Amino acid sequence: MTLKTVLETLSAQFPDCLTLLPEFRGETTLILTNKNRIADLAMQLKMQHGFDYLVDISSIDNFGQEPRYEIVYEFYSYKNGYYLRVKTVVSEEDIQLPTLTTVYATANWHEREIYDMMGIQFTGHPDLRRILMWDGYPYFPLRKDFPLEGLSSEIPNGTFTAPAPMEGGPFVTEPAAHTSEREPRSKSPLPQS
Amino acid sequence: MVHNRENQVIGYNSKIEGNVVMTTMDAAINWIHKNSLWPMPMGLACCAIELMAAASSRFDISRFGAEVMRFSPRQSDLLVVAGTVTYKMALAVKRIYDQMPNPKWVIAMGACASSGGMYRSYAVLQGIDRLLPVDVYISGCPPRPEALLDGLMRLQSKIGTERSFLAQKK
Repeated sequence: MTLKTVLETLSAQFPDCLTLLPEFRGETTLILTNKNRIADLAMQLKMQHGFDYLVDISSIDNFGQEPRYEIVYEFYSYKNGYYLRVKTVVSEEDIQLPTLTTVYATANWHEREIYDMMGIQFTGHPDLRRILMWDGYPYFPLRKDFPLEGLSSEIPNGTFTAPAPMEGGPFVTEPAAHTSEREPRSKSPLPQS
Repeated sequence: MVHNRENQVIGYNSKIEGNVVMTTMDAAINWIHKNSLWPMPMGLACCAIELMAAASSRFDISRFGAEVMRFSPRQSDLLVVAGTVTYKMALAVKRIYDQMPNPKWVIAMGACASSGGMYRSYAVLQGIDRLLPVDVYISGCPPRPEALLDGLMRLQSKIGTERSFLAQKK
């Protein structure tokens, strides 16, 4: 089974909600416009099309755009030796989508990380707790509106978090012809008034 | 030489001549403390590798009496915070410090433990001194074992100035 036949079968199985992006450097990307069908799609990929491995799930915060969040799934077929990338979008008002843990057990920790860093809820997840930050941390630090230096909070049991001193940073390197111009310079993420 | 009526020596015994040292309680207690520090290695990042090197034969921290690395806070009196302290780990570091019996000292080893180092980030505590009282800061990223030994010697001279006997009476 080639990837082309897989894509043809899929577009017949999921009419009106799959868009195929132009192939880029040998990588195939599908856009799933209806995020609620992601678990069905994954089930089809695994059971019918031989995608036995979920490589990764990641999320993108397109702050200022609507819909704001994008979830990217990477599937791989050990049987046939090809990748498939599936993207779907999540809006800020309805910040949830179905879990893939019912299909791939490995999705458990990937989804926990996305929940921890961006606050996207996965409905049906068996154990949706924070994985990197501690339980009770009130923010989602990889959102674009979260400052790099962090925000203050109290941790139960007597410690705290506080914003880190930036000293004019963060220090950003920009492409330039001369090394002296490529030196990291202090650059505020906020527009200068 | 003082004798009683039976001509026995009562004020001075020549048999123990040269075996008596006059000192103060503070000096004696401090001498005991500083030459037998039992470190709790709080290895959190690459500084811990240098801490291990300091304990090995080439640098040999046992020359300074601090070779008994204890992995239980209840058996140690020197917390060596070696590495990046994230806020998540800070809870554990504080808990370990609280479990150590008094008297106890803290060495902040390396840039991260002293000030957060290069991690100006939401996740990293900007210096362990925001949570614990630090006695000696050691610069470096990571510091060489010699720097750790130097910090240890500075801590020893600091312990030498403490009023330990008064602290024990309290």
